[in-house]
Amino acid sequence: MTKWLESVGTDEDVVISTRLRIARNISNYKFPDFMTIDEGQSVTEEVLNAMKDNKDIYKFYRIEDLSQLEKTRFVEDHLISPSLATTTKSGSFLLRDDEKSTIMINEEDHIRIQVLLSGLNTYEGWELCSEIDDYLEKNIEYAFHEKFGYLTSCPTNVGTGLRASVMVHLPCLSMTGHINTIIDGLGKIGLTSRGIYGEGSKALGHLFQISNQITLGEKEEDIIKKLNKVVLQIVARERSTRGYMLDRKKIELEDKVFRSLGILNYSRLISSTEAMAHLSNVKLGCDVGIISGINPKDIVKLMIDIQPANIQKSSNKEMMKDERDVYRAQIIRNKFIDMEG
Amino acid sequence: MLCQSCNKNNATIHFTKIINGNIEETHLCDSCAKKKNDFDLDFPFPFQKIFTGLIGSVQEGQQEFKNITCPKCGLTYKKFLEAGRFGCDKCYEAFEEDVESLVKGIHGHTEHKGKIPAGASNKIQHKKAIDSLRKELEESIVKEDFERAAFLRDEIKRLSCNISQGCDEYD
Repeated sequence: MTKWLESVGTDEDVVISTRLRIARNISNYKFPDFMTIDEGQSVTEEVLNAMKDNKDIYKFYRIEDLSQLEKTRFVEDHLISPSLATTTKSGSFLLRDDEKSTIMINEEDHIRIQVLLSGLNTYEGWELCSEIDDYLEKNIEYAFHEKFGYLTSCPTNVGTGLRASVMVHLPCLSMTGHINTIIDGLGKIGLTSRGIYGEGSKALGHLFQISNQITLGEKEEDIIKKLNKVVLQIVARERSTRGYMLDRKKIELEDKVFRSLGILNYSRLISSTEAMAHLSNVKLGCDVGIISGINPKDIVKLMIDIQPANIQKSSNKEMMKDERDVYRAQIIRNKFIDMEG
Repeated sequence: MLCQSCNKNNATIHFTKIINGNIEETHLCDSCAKKKNDFDLDFPFPFQKIFTGLIGSVQEGQQEFKNITCPKCGLTYKKFLEAGRFGCDKCYEAFEEDVESLVKGIHGHTEHKGKIPAGASNKIQHKKAIDSLRKELEESIVKEDFERAAFLRDEIKRLSCNISQGCDEYD
């Protein structure tokens, strides 16, 4: 899992990943919220049929065939959305073998194409997303309106159906409080910031997801260009704040980073929230050169691996919270022994 | 605890309002809570309600529901406003008048500018061509240019046939 991290993007000292998704519906079917299980099944078959020549590249999963643990793990790995994991009407998905793209079926819309890449990679991401879209469209008649564009279940997605988001790690802007001004400003230009696991979830480990809010009236390329420009500005701001802190508050910063490193190396019991906070500090330490010899991508991978369902998956059993906290501390210690050689 | 309003049923909704330090507690049963219109405003309400509030015809405090039902999925206008979700693609046409102000409120725009499905773009181009030919046809009838009108009529027919698939030319 987390193969998508292996791709290479730019600005990886601040940008963790780029995710694009487009919402599409098939003409002549009711939208998923209103359809029967049988109709959901027909939608699934249409999509599978349209993708039949790609069987070797895409693996098919039905939500109903997955255990709770497996579903949560796909969500924690960002490969499917939390809403797909809880669908009851023929929810399913096709996952590409390199995990760069997922085609979700019968989530809020019939089809949601997701592309997930490491670092800042919006243009390549859109190309791939659009390519899959064109491919599906050869065999599927999309619900499209001359004026409103691609029709979606929720009016907030109508038009392009495109949500482009970039996950950024902003520890220094968070520490200085500047992050609040940035979040406020985003709203004014049609962008928004969310917690790391998408809508409605809180920001953990100083990770923020910046995405477009408006889907109608702007071309896809323009949406992506705007997001890219804004993200690059935020990246520059985070870097200069890091520089300022290294200059003026080096000892405090070092203290924070090394204390976190100590806790991660020696704790025997750690919750995911606490672990995320310390991993965030250690990642910062790696990115600004306070710590050497650790690949920051390993820290990102660890941030995903220590989420509750991933912990249970790697232990091969369901666990209570206390048990998980013990096991999590162990995983982190072992990983640090590996990384630090 | 009994409902403060009807004094009959058990109060299931407990509500505390604090305005400028004044605390006001209200305890109501389900049915009385529903009757109190002003009460709704203070309740945590689903996000969808915020944007269905953007629809021009729904005035503040007034719950006047148009008697429209989507012919394809059977979604009523009332249900659409409550859920903030469409039932199918045809709902966009059934409720078109209000969809326009709704999407304008959400996106600040009403017209899609992005990608067009390759399959649909032909249809859209045809539709646009038909619209302009119709205008021309009306004009030629007014001018009594019947030869031109006959040509335009056939042309419109041919393009219309192209839109509905499987139709032979001049069928």
